[in-house]
Amino acid sequence: MLKLPIYLDYSATTPVDPRVAEKMIPYLVEKFGNPASRSHSFGWEAEAAVEEAREEVARLVNADAREIVWTSGATESNNLALKGAAQFYAGQGKHLITLKTEHKAILDTCRELERQGFAVTYLDVLDNGLVDLEVLQAALRPDTSVVSVMFVNNEIGVIQPIAEIGEICRSKGIIFHVDAAQATGKVAIDLAELKVDLMSFSAHKTYGPKGIGALYVRRKPRVRLTAQMHGGGHERGFRSGTLPTHQIVGMGEAFRLARLEMGTENERIRMLRDRLLKGVSDIDEVHLNGDLERRVPHNLNASFAYVEGESLLMAIKDLAVSSGSACTSASLEPSYVLRALGREDELAHSSIRFTLGRFTTEEEIDYAIKLLHDKIGRLRELSPLWEMVQEGVDLSTVHWAAH
Amino acid sequence: MAYSIKVLDHYENPRNVGSFAKEEEGVATGMVGAPACGDVMKLQIKVGKGGVIEDAKFKTYGCGSAIASSSLVTEWVKGRTIDQALEIKNTQIAEELALPPVKIHCSILAEDAIKAAVADYKKKHSEPVAA
Repeated sequence: MLKLPIYLDYSATTPVDPRVAEKMIPYLVEKFGNPASRSHSFGWEAEAAVEEAREEVARLVNADAREIVWTSGATESNNLALKGAAQFYAGQGKHLITLKTEHKAILDTCRELERQGFAVTYLDVLDNGLVDLEVLQAALRPDTSVVSVMFVNNEIGVIQPIAEIGEICRSKGIIFHVDAAQATGKVAIDLAELKVDLMSFSAHKTYGPKGIGALYVRRKPRVRLTAQMHGGGHERGFRSGTLPTHQIVGMGEAFRLARLEMGTENERIRMLRDRLLKGVSDIDEVHLNGDLERRVPHNLNASFAYVEGESLLMAIKDLAVSSGSACTSASLEPSYVLRALGREDELAHSSIRFTLGRFTTEEEIDYAIKLLHDKIGRLRELSPLWEMVQEGVDLSTVHWAAH
Repeated sequence: MAYSIKVLDHYENPRNVGSFAKEEEGVATGMVGAPACGDVMKLQIKVGKGGVIEDAKFKTYGCGSAIASSSLVTEWVKGRTIDQALEIKNTQIAEELALPPVKIHCSILAEDAIKAAVADYKKKHSEPVAA
């Protein structure tokens, strides 16, 4: 029996896998020790669990456990990486480069660095959402110290050319940071191959708990950071604060499961996503956003022209999806990511992001397809724009009274 | 975003959806808003003897509150004279539908749609209308 509403917003967050939750629970009640306590077995037991989890996080991305620093999540990792590297290397230059389609945790951190006297270049992307390497090359300056590019875009799911950007940055001695919050468990990440210096991770996008993340800090060649959180000198001084053992254990287990299962899981999810794509393709005037090839298997982002996004969300309330991203959908602004792709405002306004995951079923996808057909038809009956288009009016020639 | 019961009712069961033929006697059209802003309302009124609005229809591209605001005004303008219709204020629409502050612009747009439809009627019938 189908349970409603159907969760299709796995890029906003994922449920904690029951196997992960089971592994976390003992660390709340019985094994509650502080991993920093050196004088008794409570501390040793907690420390061992933290280090095992660190190994698991490192293993998913083929890194050394000593390169993993625990944080409260990808937002904190991004803050530590950008501010920490920009400030530490300020003597070599005060210019950073990032993309206009980055997550707010990068963009807002860059704004803060601008207030601190750094210069930031925000690059346009191609209309498929990917960075143009020539544009990136051209933006490099002698004083560029840090480049930050996300691995996978949170709204449109496109995979940026991280390996190529890494080569460019390494050849010029520029620190390269990658926000990989949306990438773990979705794309293979090999930090022994990729010339990435800093990489941000989140647990809750990969079936782990909220409130825990990590920052990869390369050891060879060594990358230095100015700490942003001061205190007891935990995490080799990179990030003070008592480690939340149960959260860390959860992230470790979630990343271990991702490593073991992502191969088969991604193929299953890709089949469901393609089923959804095929199912909505026969609706008139559906526009797909972002490159379809260089894309994670669980993301579909579509604009349903002449239907406004918020009313569509209301109409398909049996589906938990998002319009724009979860962080911006409370505002009336159309998605800045779609605008950066050059989408007209009305298409940006009518975009829906479907993100599938571990617990999505074929039955749920079939229900979603039928619902979309019914409701888009109904909303278009209500839409004066649809009526005009059916009458042959070119909407771009209409003089609108903007308000 | 939580919607009021009245917004949900108008959204689920919009009143008077549709269009009159533009050339039909007594029909006037008001179209306000812009696709880039996320709202376009088309309100049509059919004015009979004595300047009384006998029927009204709408189509709206916009959020649930915009659809509800335009659905509501089609109910409210019916039976009024065009001058009485102009007395409908956005604050009354917002109050009736319990619109939150971020959705007040929907009620303003609905008021503008009435004004635009009446202006279109007056343009087509330049002779003064008996009250």
